[in-house]
Amino acid sequence: MKILTGNDLKNGRVIWWDGQGWSFHVEDAVDVGDQGETILKQEDAACRVNGGYALDAELDAQGKPRPAHIKDRVRAYGPTVRPDLTLKPADPNAGTWVI
Amino acid sequence: MYKYDQYDRAMVQARVEEFRDQARRRIEGKLTDDQFKPLRLKNGLYLQLHAYMLRVAIPYGTFNGAQMRKLAHIARVYDRGYGHFTTRQNIQYNWIKLEEAADLLGELADVEMHAIQTSGESIRNVSADQYAGAAADEILDPRPWAEMIRQMTNFMPEFSYLPRKFKIAVIASPIDRAALRWHDFALRIVKNDAGEIGFEVYAGGGMGRTPFIAYKIREFLPTGQILSYMQAVLRTWNRNARRDNIHKQRMKILVHELGEDEFRRQVEEEFQHFLTLHQDFPQAEYDRIAAYFAPPAFETGLSEEIDRSDPDFALWVDRQTVAHKAPGYAIVNISLKPIGQIPGDISADQMDLVADLAERYSFDDIRATHAQNLVLPHVRKQDLHAVWTALHEAGLGEANLDLVTDIIACPGLDYCSLANARSIPVAQKISERFADPARQQDVGELKIKISGCINACGHHHAGNIGILGVDRKGTESYQLLLGGSGDEVTTQAKITGPGFDEAGVVDALERAVERYREIREPGEKFIDTYRRVGMDGFKEAIYG
Repeated sequence: MKILTGNDLKNGRVIWWDGQGWSFHVEDAVDVGDQGETILKQEDAACRVNGGYALDAELDAQGKPRPAHIKDRVRAYGPTVRPDLTLKPADPNAGTWVI
Repeated sequence: MYKYDQYDRAMVQARVEEFRDQARRRIEGKLTDDQFKPLRLKNGLYLQLHAYMLRVAIPYGTFNGAQMRKLAHIARVYDRGYGHFTTRQNIQYNWIKLEEAADLLGELADVEMHAIQTSGESIRNVSADQYAGAAADEILDPRPWAEMIRQMTNFMPEFSYLPRKFKIAVIASPIDRAALRWHDFALRIVKNDAGEIGFEVYAGGGMGRTPFIAYKIREFLPTGQILSYMQAVLRTWNRNARRDNIHKQRMKILVHELGEDEFRRQVEEEFQHFLTLHQDFPQAEYDRIAAYFAPPAFETGLSEEIDRSDPDFALWVDRQTVAHKAPGYAIVNISLKPIGQIPGDISADQMDLVADLAERYSFDDIRATHAQNLVLPHVRKQDLHAVWTALHEAGLGEANLDLVTDIIACPGLDYCSLANARSIPVAQKISERFADPARQQDVGELKIKISGCINACGHHHAGNIGILGVDRKGTESYQLLLGGSGDEVTTQAKITGPGFDEAGVVDALERAVERYREIREPGEKFIDTYRRVGMDGFKEAIYG
């Protein structure tokens, strides 16, 4: 599947295209098929995303999107060396999802 | 230290307002990302994996308590409570919001700091010996020259759109603590046979994907001709640089393609031209700048005695303090490498503490080192126990300077958008593996440097043991390198052989260290043993 990511223009946070808008959570990402370029073009023009791009992902055991490349998984989770700064600070196993 | 005059203040404040307008226009959609990117980079603002990252310049690594306290304030208000000291004596923040960046820069300007030329194709922060003005072995304080170079290269039109970034270092000691020959352009202040002060000049060094060690291109340059000479070097590069290929734009490529002799010939030709323009600094200008770096009022008649009855304190004194030129004083190194922690990271509370200690015990003087540590340069020996106690209580009392756990590591794939692999977890695992103080002391000086990609921000080429993270079909892999150094005998590390996974590279490094312990001769450091036996002496131990 193809999903879309980028950074929020104003605050720089990592965001994922959920079909209607942008979410901070990769679990919300949807398969955009071959529409990625079109969506990114219109979202960039509307200043709702910075540095947007499409990437490959697959569904994990829970049926949620998991980016194919480790770099995007680090983006989705946060720095593996500071779990307290990630989106799931209370989940001790969240880091293993990255690796 | 240098204090802004009305021109500095006006320029920096104008730059803040200019950036405020640029950021506003970007947020309003009046600038595209492509248009805005070079503008934000000129102000040190990157877009990294998780957010915008701001790199703040600390000229030649010198700053004071008020500035450190402001950095702590920025960490709390604009970031997430911490900062990260870099290998260019700067500090960077990882969680900056574009909509707040101009306010942040305004706060920096309030304490005479900025982020200008910490990115982009410009002359970057001029680095210097972190012991400048305190070292017992220096000829004179190199910082006035570093400051003059900073002034003549900030905002200079000819240097504003260079082919690539350009890094300069200045030292004044026979011992190289600034990795001089890994710079594009470097100066060592020397005294000639006639007793005159001048510069030994190096050019063409750099790390990155194509590492080169700088050539010495001049034995002796009169200090008063430095502006002309630097302009000659930069113009020679600017004129000949391979602007058609980003990987060949650094000056090191030109120097090594032309060859040492031809590069020197062209520089000397330009130099003779610049001398006729009489643009160099008058002595009065040097004197004006040097006055800012006058030595503090060191007390006399101080005791040299240190009460070593506390073994932990004694260990710290032996490891973390260095001879000072003033009797009764010591240079204190503060480790930002607590066991198992992130190299170079420091919390806002720890920053405040260091600011307090600097003001109380070190003439309000702090240094950042290229090895991602801090220095209090002027501490009375009688105050060392109080300083150690405060540092120890704040988690900054590690006694590991230049030891196996004093690791340089770039942010790597945990933060950096260019990285291929994570650096910090590898550093943490090595640190934990060698946590035993007795083992560290037994291994002795061993400089480990880790980069998460070939851009080499973690200086792996200069590591006695270097580690380079690479992307191997979507998974992290690590190459091990041996034999690099950034000292007076600068050498480039060599790859040992096939790479390892994260756990494997830590094991392999440990095997290399154990091999060294088996074969070292009395008094040999790791790098000495490597130079004596070469790669073959280690390879079997590493790969079995």
